[in-house]
Amino acid sequence: MHVSLRIQRFDPDRDTASHWVEYGLDVDPMARVLDLLHQVKWEQDSSLAFRRSCGHGICGSDAMMINGRNRLACKIRVDQLGRKISVAPLPGLPVVKDLVVDMDGFFAKYRSVHPFLVNDDPPPAQERRQSQAQRAVFDDTTKCILCGACTSSCPSFWARPGYVGPAAIVNAHRFIFDSRDQGGEERLQILADRDGVWRCRTIFNCVDACPRGINITRAILEVSAAIVEKSA
Amino acid sequence: MVMIDPRTAGRSRPQGSGFELFVWYLMRVTGVMLFVLALAHFSIMHFLFDPSQESASWIAARWGSLAWRVFDWTLLMMVLFHSFMGVRTVLLDYVHGTRARLLSMSTLYIVALILFAAGTAVVMTLPVVA
Repeated sequence: MHVSLRIQRFDPDRDTASHWVEYGLDVDPMARVLDLLHQVKWEQDSSLAFRRSCGHGICGSDAMMINGRNRLACKIRVDQLGRKISVAPLPGLPVVKDLVVDMDGFFAKYRSVHPFLVNDDPPPAQERRQSQAQRAVFDDTTKCILCGACTSSCPSFWARPGYVGPAAIVNAHRFIFDSRDQGGEERLQILADRDGVWRCRTIFNCVDACPRGINITRAILEVSAAIVEKSA
Repeated sequence: MVMIDPRTAGRSRPQGSGFELFVWYLMRVTGVMLFVLALAHFSIMHFLFDPSQESASWIAARWGSLAWRVFDWTLLMMVLFHSFMGVRTVLLDYVHGTRARLLSMSTLYIVALILFAAGTAVVMTLPVVA
């Protein structure tokens, strides 16, 4: 099957603006976009830059905008996209080169919500026990792989880059509702910031973008409701 | 060490915002109330009574009842709050300059205040027509 692959290229040493380059490829319909990018890099233009690590939807390195939507290049196949495929870097983030974006701000916001277990009690002899029901409350948000597809698809984030963004809220949710954690109050205070949860306009782009199928908007609203409850 | 631009990257120390929380919560409460009140208003004005019979004097007569005044005033306040806070959301998203933000927000609040006051004055002071 012949496909036309358009890639938005940008080389900071040569270009002042990004531009589209078209590549013709003969591929298997079951090939993934990541395979196509490899094919271009290995056979046509070795200067093409993109991130990928595991190549199997777990590490979250190869999120990019594919046919206008944020997707993992290693999860979406040619037969899902058709003969014309366009690939651009994640929107809303500074481009370093080609499909590689600067994720420093993204991870700084992630760190700002204390995405780790906070528990000052002395460690028990065995594990900290938790019932299945207690676990189910935050199960959805444990699935995040920090690919950045949600935050960079969020119009509220585009409009206001200071917004902490869906990914950070998802990872705060994962600990706020964990029965073993004691840092929930502090996280809720952090997210009650002007640039915290109130910036969510329930546009649902994040839900569409998430390669892990997390109901992100629901998680954000659960955190908002928890802040309201705490303040009541 | 990687230097991070604080405007686009790391956030300054979070300031818990009681006002944002208040607005967010009231947007939801007024939304639910509008669903009930506006639908009730629509049903009353278009189905329970004949719209061709509804004149200013008909409304004035209806306002002889305190309950109707309270109902209409509550509906008005809900509409004003919900719509102006909705416009505030749009301004927060799209107006970025400090001066433009100050100007647009001040205008918004002043207009809202005038309409709140005018609406309340009308509901409170309209003379009852027997």
